[in-house]
Amino acid sequence: MKDFIIPDRDFGTPAAKSKQMVTLSIDGFDVTVPEGTSIMRAAAEAGIQVPKLCATDSVDAFGSCRLCLVEIEGRNGTPASCTTPVAPGLKVHTQTGKLKQLRRGVMELYISDHPLDCLTCSANGDCELQDMAGAVGLRDVRYEAVDTHFRARNTSGEANPLYIPRDDSNPYFSYDPQKCIVCSRCVRACEEVQGTFALTIEGRGFDSRVSFGAKPTMRWRRTASPAGLAFRPARRRPCRKSRSSRSARPRTP
Amino acid sequence: MKIYIPLDSAAVALGADALAAAVAAEARRLDREVEIIRNGSRGMVWLEPLVEVVTPQGRIGFGPMTPADVPGLFADLAVHPKALGPVEELPWMKGQTRLTFARVGIIDPLSLADYEAEGGLSGLRKAVAMDPAAIVAEVTASGLRGRGGAGFPTGIKWKTVSEAVADRKYIVCNADEGDSATFADRMLMEGDPFTLIEGMIIAGLATGATKGFVYIRSEYPVAIRVMEEACRLARAAGLLGGSVLGSGPAFDIEIRVGAGAYVCGEETSLLNSLEGKRGVVRAKPPLPALEGFLGRPTVVNNVISLASVPVIFEKGAAFYKDFGLGRSRGTIPLQIAGNVRFGGLYEVAFGLTLGDIVDGIAGGCATGRPVKAVQVGGPLGAYHPRSEFDTPFGYEEFAGKDGLIGHAGLTVFDDSADMLKQARFAMEFCAIESCGKCTPCRIGAVRGVETVDRIAKGDAAAIPLLTDLCVTMKSGSLCALGGFTPYPVMSALTHFPDDFARSKEAAE
Ligand SMILES: Cc1cc2nc3c(=O)[nH]c(=O)nc-3n(C[C@H](O)[C@H](O)[C@H](O)COP(=O)(O)O)c2cc1C
Ligand code: SF4
Ligand code: FES
Repeated sequence: MKDFIIPDRDFGTPAAKSKQMVTLSIDGFDVTVPEGTSIMRAAAEAGIQVPKLCATDSVDAFGSCRLCLVEIEGRNGTPASCTTPVAPGLKVHTQTGKLKQLRRGVMELYISDHPLDCLTCSANGDCELQDMAGAVGLRDVRYEAVDTHFRARNTSGEANPLYIPRDDSNPYFSYDPQKCIVCSRCVRACEEVQGTFALTIEGRGFDSRVSFGAKPTMRWRRTASPAGLAFRPARRRPCRKSRSSRSARPRTP
Repeated sequence: MKIYIPLDSAAVALGADALAAAVAAEARRLDREVEIIRNGSRGMVWLEPLVEVVTPQGRIGFGPMTPADVPGLFADLAVHPKALGPVEELPWMKGQTRLTFARVGIIDPLSLADYEAEGGLSGLRKAVAMDPAAIVAEVTASGLRGRGGAGFPTGIKWKTVSEAVADRKYIVCNADEGDSATFADRMLMEGDPFTLIEGMIIAGLATGATKGFVYIRSEYPVAIRVMEEACRLARAAGLLGGSVLGSGPAFDIEIRVGAGAYVCGEETSLLNSLEGKRGVVRAKPPLPALEGFLGRPTVVNNVISLASVPVIFEKGAAFYKDFGLGRSRGTIPLQIAGNVRFGGLYEVAFGLTLGDIVDGIAGGCATGRPVKAVQVGGPLGAYHPRSEFDTPFGYEEFAGKDGLIGHAGLTVFDDSADMLKQARFAMEFCAIESCGKCTPCRIGAVRGVETVDRIAKGDAAAIPLLTDLCVTMKSGSLCALGGFTPYPVMSALTHFPDDFARSKEAAE
């Protein structure tokens, strides 16, 4: 239970196993980590937190949220630190004006498709999305969103076809499609940690949403849940549960 | 009498099949011996269906043909109303440098004898006697860069795969050809499939790959049929199979059919699709060259990149490299489409200016109105105004104009085009085709459409928001679908600001 109150420190990506060590510079600090470590994890080991939403150190990096972008001297563009491995001598910057603008841009998009009910939300104060909005300094959302997943009715009063109500019928998980940010952590945890392949992403683009992967293995739940939706990933830290049962990593207070 | 009637999809769409039936019926009626050969297209789409009759004066063209014009083919050809003269002498054909498309439209696509008679297999015969490093060096020396869009040097990609150590390696040919205004891959596969097969075999020799896949979009039924038949013939002739040409290592090719998603043309998404998974983009690294199909080192190359390899070996890297401009070496099959008088495929050395192409070769707009803009490089390419018509056709030259050449498709618009609508279309396309993995594209494209709609309603404050969104999408997206959508949007906004200056009243 303690895990839910004081969670483990999250290094973003799993530890690399190599014996070969690599030294690079992140925000001016020299960091030495095993070869194959992500830049995000190397930064975390040096005490530098790169903003992130889709990465968590119990599953492989995925590179979907695009909050963890960094700049590397001599390289083009803004690679994602969770999917970019370290290399000797890299000079990485995690805080620049450009990165600030990009991260705020990404957060503005997330929040444009998210209900603004933080004060009444059960996750208030324990929500990575809320933390990141604060970390990147998002103050207002300039979009006038027409298509959303969280409004039951659209602007002209018709039922919103993208809206799916919250499902609490499972005792262990609840799935709230209005709040889901489609980070795929639950899908990946099911695949990589649990090995159940219970979930997948259905649809594509804006229509992407979490759904059953292997229907036959979940069929028994149909009786418990006439609505059809049964196994529901948690909105926040879906991987904590599996991790707390297997990791004995020292906790940072 | 020998008559060529294209089997090419564009020609078929314009009635080539009906025409072939009409020719056969007329020959039966007159009791004349006629050999009908279904060839590829010469690339002059406005003349399709283009029928060619073999005469002592060469191949005489007739087009665009209708069944009513068929009886005339059996009378005095000189007075036929659709007579065009010798096809090779038409200005469109004479102006080209056909290296990759040398045989397209000329040979029977499924005749290996025709193929060899026109220079086919001579490149492979040289390559099979070379060691892998020498083959890679030859491709590198030719300066060939990927024709699928990114322009990555083909030799370097092959070198990475060649030097990777693995139990199995693969060659994957990207024939998903989803860009608007592009049809070079299709024309080549339909008109000269053995060139692609030969290029893939050489890629196999260079890298140690023994298996190749051609991933063809399902919308190309003729290309799928021709490629499958060509692979069967190549296998029967010992080109493919246990030992290439009887002396080389094993290599075989399998045809796979895509299910219609644009994003499955993106190489990592394509590999997922090929593995039977959802067509979502993979983060790089790992590069497909090191961990591609089933985690094995894989060359992913466009059809035209691979089909340009045989001529490089036939005539030498130096010969190929001699054509072109700057770092864009060799020839490029331009695909001219949209509102033009003369549309089709025109293979030429890099370096023609955009104006030469649009005003010269394409003859301006079909409507007779002035050209307003040209979108170069498919749905993710920029709109170029007349003021950029002096830009030479090359990778760096177009990048310098905040654009790209992509797969070398050009869509021409006349002055009635509304560039705000085109910007909206770009965002809408991205929203429809997004794989949905990354946030800037998944949510951004939908917000992009909504923001353009605000501008259309006279909300000028939405213009800086659209600009900011484009910055986020361009630098934040995982792949070039979300990352390049800002090119058409921002070029429309920058070059045609008047189309975005809607007054509130006018909108209402
Ligand atoms: C959204 C998207 C669609 C693409 N579609 C195609 C395509 O249809 N055909 C193609 O050859 N390359 C396509 N590409 C480029 C491929 O990812 C890849 O760069 C190319 O196949 C590599 O081959 P090349 O080096 O021979 O160009 C696409 C890229 C993106 C981002
Ligand atoms: S940019 Fe679009 S298509 Fe590409 S990975 Fe992101 S969501 Fe998928
Ligand atoms: S944390 Fe790297 S992309 Fe999400």
